[in-house]
Amino acid sequence: MKIEVDHHSGLPGVFVRVDGKVRINARQLHYRELNNMIKGAAAEGAEEIVVDNVYGQRYIGSGIRRAVNITVHGVPGNDLGAFMDGPRITVDRNAQDGVGNTMNSGVIVVHGRAGDIVAMGMRGGRIFIREGVGYRAAIHMKEYRKFRPVLVIGGETQDFLGEYMAGGLVIVLGLGKKGKASFAARHIGTGMHGGLIFMRGMVEEHQLGKEAAAVQASDEDKELIRPFVEEYAGYFGGDPREIMRSGFLKLFAKSHRPFGGLYAY
Amino acid sequence: MKSYILPQYLVERDDYRCIRCEVCVRQCAFDVHWYDEEEDAVFADESKCVGCLRCATLCPTNALVVRHNPTEHPPNANWTRDVLQNIYKQAETGGVLLTGMGCDRDYPIYWDRIVLDASQVTNPSIDPLREPMELRTYLGAKPDALQVEGKGKKVSLRTRITPQLRLETPIMFSAISYGAISFNACESLARAAAEMGTYYNTGEGGLHRDLYKYGDHTICQVASGRFGVHADYLEVAAALEIKIGQGAKPGIGGHLPGEKVSAEISRTRMIPKGTDALSPAPHHDIYSIEDLAQLIYALKEATHWKKPVSVKIAAVHNSAAIASGMVRAGADIIALDGIRGGTGAAPTMIRDNVGIPIELALAAVDDRLRQEGIRNRASIVVAGGIRSSADVIKAIALGADAVYIGTAALVAMGCHVCQKCYTGKCNWGIATQDPYLSKRLNPEVGARRLVNLLTAWSHEIMEMLGGMGINAVESLRGNRLRLRGVGLSQEELDILGIKHAGA
Repeated sequence: MKIEVDHHSGLPGVFVRVDGKVRINARQLHYRELNNMIKGAAAEGAEEIVVDNVYGQRYIGSGIRRAVNITVHGVPGNDLGAFMDGPRITVDRNAQDGVGNTMNSGVIVVHGRAGDIVAMGMRGGRIFIREGVGYRAAIHMKEYRKFRPVLVIGGETQDFLGEYMAGGLVIVLGLGKKGKASFAARHIGTGMHGGLIFMRGMVEEHQLGKEAAAVQASDEDKELIRPFVEEYAGYFGGDPREIMRSGFLKLFAKSHRPFGGLYAY
Repeated sequence: MKSYILPQYLVERDDYRCIRCEVCVRQCAFDVHWYDEEEDAVFADESKCVGCLRCATLCPTNALVVRHNPTEHPPNANWTRDVLQNIYKQAETGGVLLTGMGCDRDYPIYWDRIVLDASQVTNPSIDPLREPMELRTYLGAKPDALQVEGKGKKVSLRTRITPQLRLETPIMFSAISYGAISFNACESLARAAAEMGTYYNTGEGGLHRDLYKYGDHTICQVASGRFGVHADYLEVAAALEIKIGQGAKPGIGGHLPGEKVSAEISRTRMIPKGTDALSPAPHHDIYSIEDLAQLIYALKEATHWKKPVSVKIAAVHNSAAIASGMVRAGADIIALDGIRGGTGAAPTMIRDNVGIPIELALAAVDDRLRQEGIRNRASIVVAGGIRSSADVIKAIALGADAVYIGTAALVAMGCHVCQKCYTGKCNWGIATQDPYLSKRLNPEVGARRLVNLLTAWSHEIMEMLGGMGINAVESLRGNRLRLRGVGLSQEELDILGIKHAGA
């Protein structure tokens, strides 16, 4: 085993390379120091970066434009993967607010729950959250040509899911809901004008924003989401066939021009 | 439904002068003019006229006069023509009134109530034609103190200076998005900024790939819609600006209607063609000063701490307290946009009734940051109704580091301020995405006109500085003793922090 202490930190043991894999101990590091080390390692061609003892450091994965694997042990701070363009981040615990904010490409896998505005303004890449998320997930998610962002939420979601949503795909599996078939979130798809939301379970009409509509997902619709449900199960376990057997609701925008008639010209 | 709206303008054609060349017919995207072959005459449907004067300007024989419709409504100080016409329009459509450009109401323009000083006898004035005169301005956070190290001739700066924007003249072009204006108009602004050593601002509509080459003179905006915001966009910019608000529509978002989202706009904003581009009113990751700090540092982190980050707000009642928070949140530049700030489209009621004049906001913000001892930590850039070099120099004396000009720049390119930008039919080729119209603005000519404007203003600023015996614009910044108010109340003078003329 080749262990090499690196110049990225003056402190012994903070930044080491083990068999080409970079290992960073983030304990008591400011996010700027930590991200400098991660960016530095990525710039030098590291393929695997493992960060231990993460306690709320923000912006992990920002400013990197390579498909490097970053494993986070601990709870990363807000804006994990903000403006991210390429990396693949795995978090072994919960994540906070703003996961994948305005993200362009890459993958984020969270083995826990995530806070508010997950996937805000996200344009490409994939995010998988094992459990539930907070408010306003997928707000203003977009899509453009080859960019089609995907957000898979294993558990429940709070209000205003998919607000202003303009594109992309959101899949809410509602796993682990005890005894009740319906979701509790309200104002789902408010201002929605593009993209699709699939929800496994019931959503009443009054829970939808007035710009969104819901139908039972057809078999063809379900084929669209199957690969992502399989990918979810690949990360977190579970039987994708079992999950796919349930009924899904498909939510979509009633119009691509929700406010077209608002003005007097 | 029969419309009760009277034509806003009358088009008068001198039949003796008219040579039936049909220039007016071809030039009007609003289809006001038409030629009748049988009668061999040109007619006008005045109800469609917006008063942009394209036809009158291009008519080779000056046969056209366009004037405000003199028809009088029953005299009434309360129920004026504008009020009645607006009600008719809304009764006929049920829609929110839309308008373009800045507020046209007669709120006081304080620039016109402030006069500048000049040297007489006791300190000599300077002639900028013969003596060095410095307009160069650096925008960005300045350190609290400078530390130097070394001895003798080998002295170097120890303090690390955070990223700065270098302006050769304290005038930049305001944020105007591709979508609100044509590609040719954007290119004109970019080329002029590069030639003059200053900056233009993309607005929130992303940056067209063909304009990346002007990146060193581009401020890229990050607004609530995050349109076209991706790694390349952040990297190519000289600075980034978080747009919280704009003077024309404080507190609300914006809608670029789907019909304006052409293939090129779609490519630049990175959204599907033909869909509405909705900018939410708030950034949904910013609900507090702490959240603002989070986005400021997210942008710094994403661009490796190499670029200054500006935050733009509309001037509102408590701008001073907000600005203090913005500085503490890490903004390197604070951009303030006053009530007269322009727009491609805003609800009329909001444009004309929300926000405060930029002069008062600037004075209040500069005061507050000085009182708190944090004025050095951010530069102040003001926008919203800067019409001349005199406005620029007064703004600098009141405390601004630089100004943004939007409407003035559009006027330089040919805009006649008809306020119909939102229709997308701009006959001057500026506020339109119609290729037939936008090719009327040649970017080379547009850039030339803008360079000429900035050259002329810069020279006028140097003359006024020289007149005050000052040889660097830095020496005037926040120097309110060189300003006096004329006809202002004590309260206005107190807020502006200036004395009345004669005192």
